[in-house]
Amino acid sequence: MNQPPPVPRPAAATPGAAPAARGRDALFETISGNPVAPVYTSADDAGRDPARDVGVPGDYPYTRGIHPTMYRGRLWTMRQFAGFGSARQTNARFRYLLEHGQTGLSVAFDVPTLMGFDSDDPKALGEVGMCGVAVDSLADMEVLFAGIALGEITTSMTINGPAAIVWALFLAAAEKQGVPFAQLGGTLQNDCFKEFIAQKCWCFPPRPAVRLVVDTIEYATRHLPRWNSVSVSGYHIREAGATAAQELAFTLKDGFTYVEEAVKAGLDVDEFAPRLSFFFNAHMDFFEEIAKYRAARRIYARHMREVYRAKDPRSWQLRFHTQTAGCSLTAQQPENNIVRTAIEALAGVLGGTQSLHTNSMDETLALPSDKAVKIALRTQQIIAHETGVTNTADPLGGSYYVEALTDRLEREAEAYFREIDARGGVVAGIESGYFQREIHRASYRYQQEVEAKQRIIVGVNGFVEPDAKLEIPILAIDPQVEEDQVAALAGLRATRDNDLVQRRLAALTAASRDERQNLMPHLIDCARAYATQGEMRHAMGEVFGEYREAPEF
Amino acid sequence: MERKIRVLVAKAGLDGHDRGAKVVAAAFRDAGFEVIYTGLHQTPDQVVEAAVQEDVDVVALSLLSGAHMTLFPAVLRSLREKGATHVLLTGGGIIPPQDMEALIKQGVGKLFGPGSPTAEAVAYIREWCAAHPRTI
Amino acid sequence: MAPDRPFGVVPRPAAQRGFPPSRTERMATESLASQPDADGGLRRLIDRAFAGDRMSLARAISLVENEAPEARAVLDAAFPRTGGGVRVGITGPPGAGKSTLVSQLARHYRGRGERVAVVAVDPTSPFSGGALLGDRVRMAELAGDEGLFIRSMASRGSLGGLAVTTTEVCDLLEAAGFTRVLVETVGVGQSELEVAEAVDSVLVVLVPESGDGVQAMKAGLMEIGDLFVLNKADREGAERAAQELRAVLGLKQPAPGSWTPPVLLTVARNGEGVPALAEQVERHLEHLRTQQLLAARRRLRLHARVSELVYQRATRQLRARVDAARWEAILTALEERRLSPHQAAARLWNEAWPDEAAAAPEPAPGTCPEEEGTRS
Repeated sequence: MNQPPPVPRPAAATPGAAPAARGRDALFETISGNPVAPVYTSADDAGRDPARDVGVPGDYPYTRGIHPTMYRGRLWTMRQFAGFGSARQTNARFRYLLEHGQTGLSVAFDVPTLMGFDSDDPKALGEVGMCGVAVDSLADMEVLFAGIALGEITTSMTINGPAAIVWALFLAAAEKQGVPFAQLGGTLQNDCFKEFIAQKCWCFPPRPAVRLVVDTIEYATRHLPRWNSVSVSGYHIREAGATAAQELAFTLKDGFTYVEEAVKAGLDVDEFAPRLSFFFNAHMDFFEEIAKYRAARRIYARHMREVYRAKDPRSWQLRFHTQTAGCSLTAQQPENNIVRTAIEALAGVLGGTQSLHTNSMDETLALPSDKAVKIALRTQQIIAHETGVTNTADPLGGSYYVEALTDRLEREAEAYFREIDARGGVVAGIESGYFQREIHRASYRYQQEVEAKQRIIVGVNGFVEPDAKLEIPILAIDPQVEEDQVAALAGLRATRDNDLVQRRLAALTAASRDERQNLMPHLIDCARAYATQGEMRHAMGEVFGEYREAPEF
Repeated sequence: MERKIRVLVAKAGLDGHDRGAKVVAAAFRDAGFEVIYTGLHQTPDQVVEAAVQEDVDVVALSLLSGAHMTLFPAVLRSLREKGATHVLLTGGGIIPPQDMEALIKQGVGKLFGPGSPTAEAVAYIREWCAAHPRTI
Repeated sequence: MAPDRPFGVVPRPAAQRGFPPSRTERMATESLASQPDADGGLRRLIDRAFAGDRMSLARAISLVENEAPEARAVLDAAFPRTGGGVRVGITGPPGAGKSTLVSQLARHYRGRGERVAVVAVDPTSPFSGGALLGDRVRMAELAGDEGLFIRSMASRGSLGGLAVTTTEVCDLLEAAGFTRVLVETVGVGQSELEVAEAVDSVLVVLVPESGDGVQAMKAGLMEIGDLFVLNKADREGAERAAQELRAVLGLKQPAPGSWTPPVLLTVARNGEGVPALAEQVERHLEHLRTQQLLAARRRLRLHARVSELVYQRATRQLRARVDAARWEAILTALEERRLSPHQAAARLWNEAWPDEAAAAPEPAPGTCPEEEGTRS
């Protein structure tokens, strides 16, 4: 409902400073709005028990990292998200990246695929292959991974609403390559909560969506010991405008809710928790981000051990992937984005991430070009090999500022947990619009601060070059991709065994009605028969219905 | 009575990124406009149907999915078909400069890329409405 | 950023004679000044609007909403075509699910062959004068239906929850052939009373959480509701809240032949309880008809509308006949306590209509106790 516009806050007086010491007229707050003192000293360490709260890397509560040796033992995985156009084009980009030293694959799907629509669906018009690769059936998966040994690399798939469907397509493709399921390593993002909260690529309403997530967790636990079934994501929540504390709190709370649901479904926490993973944003406030990752590990460890009573230490260890913040990039003077990405990547590394994606400089304008994506990869390689930050674990541990920030973020997250609990939990919060409202307010306030020049963004509202011409090549997607994909689908539908497809889809619908059945085997069956994504979604949709959002302001 | 400017803030296609659209909608409200937000996943026809019934002055279309070269022209076409050529079609999102030029040539109004202050869009709409007063 | 005075409280710029112009005054003076409708454009717009052209209807609505000079002609043309439809008001606190419920009702009525219009009113921000009209978005699944028309209105400074022109907009929609007009508004402040004056049947929509607040519930809502709906009834405490509500409603002494408002449970999100609700609405309308109440209510509403217009006309006349200098003199006399407000009003009236005053002179001072006070 309408409310008075939030008044932009005046530049905060630095706490405790005499007027003479106030200095420049700027907001001395983190990007999330937390005031920062002019200096932090040992006095700020008071009240903290170093053994209990900070500890050593590899030991509970893992504030300093989940492995004793961290990057001395093994560098983070350099995993650049990629995908566009047709499966064939993406396959070429994958092989290019693997040749240039990338160590794992991360697949970006186009929007119709992310929502479970086939490329020939009327709603997909104009969107096929635009933001990622179009995958409609097993046939596309086979082309996507042609010449890539799925048993030898790890594959991350960024797919959520229809994650179970697309995973089924992937598994069928691996089967065709002759790779046993148990050998497959990778991650499925598969986080439906953040879709309702932020990214908005949903398939079904919240409760059936959770059931599918639990089905995938169970299936992975039983058949794919190397597979991470869920990547609980904060990246998108942050991109939607949340603060660091909100990103931290909402993401962890989503994760804990999945734990609760899986346990309710009969799994033992230690069976699946070691394979849960997380995905965070790396934004521009350097130290706040580092503190956020450290707080995340500590909070997660404490809750998993004390609240969920996990016994296996691997269940207490928060493993995460990081992506540098897309929303921090500017369309103006895009080369500056290389610098931003480097700083954000460094924060991720100093925060102890397990894998990292660095954005390309041209991504505010289009999908990354070859040149831009290579620079992004090189950024990681320079950090890894030239800066020395990998020589020791958690180099910033013990810093008065970083430890103070870590503590504060943990406190703020715990406050949010209480708030969410009071509202009945994550699903209730989604249904009442709580998360969406919080995020919109934070993003509107931020925009007002920028427009009031309380926050300077170089090239946008400061150091502006209005006449600068764009000098970088931009990747253009050929609209032919959509035509080709539609034609290919028509061909597929004509040549496959349609009776078999119908029977398998009917079995899928029937199984959807029974809450106790795991849908993965049915989905894989449908995939093997070359059923399309849209067909599988419809088959389940008959039982689960559709989701419609009521937007909150 | 001072004429109220009515704006339809629209999300078309499957694109789920609504942060910008919602921030712009709130900024328009704070600028004194009457704003109708369509919500996500509208077809071009649905967008224009809403624009017609609400008799808006402006349709502001937000697109970050790359589908702008299909969806903006589709909305323009639908506006024409439904007798609403007096409506300004503007918008923003992830649209490279050369595509912006192409769309403007087709009859779309000014477009606002990433980093554009909302104040600019507000000023543009005010100027445009002042320069295009309503007749019956 | 925001203006430093709340919108709607700032006095409008004074007209030539020094006073803020009234609505009818503006409409009259502007239409006197405007060009005659030489090419029949307005007439064509009106005809097309009533014949079913949606763009024309929408533009006609805007003319009325903006109180344009052409609005009079539009309304005069529309009025004879009204009276055959039914208007239902839906009010209640924010978050009760009104829009979703309206959407379901609209779909139900469409299924029965009615042509349905929805007018959804949201508050205008007193700070910026703008509004976020967020009801349409919750009715998205009805898009594309030719027999449905949805219009979002901002209250534009009206304190009552409806816009000043909402009733007139409903007239246009009825004239255009919509047999059911659903008016949705947020029940805050005194708005409940306004919506009751604008429609035949009032639905008050609540959620189980407001059950604890039944005691604290505003008397206004309890008085004007013809039907009470507890939405989101799949939540905890729905049954209990319904019972509490029935108990409170039962405390009113029913007059013979009167209507006892039912309390219904719905889950608007999936349509549960909507057919039963629609049936109860029909029962209420039937009750109004058989008890001659429908006609009586509508007569009362017409009375109120015409009274308002007459009042505005009289005010306009007064201002036309008594110039600014006289007003200033009388105000000065008031400030100096040489006149009381009643005396001042009588003085102005007599100066506006001297013939009537001569025919029926005011009582002399001293004969009416309330007229004591010095005279100039």
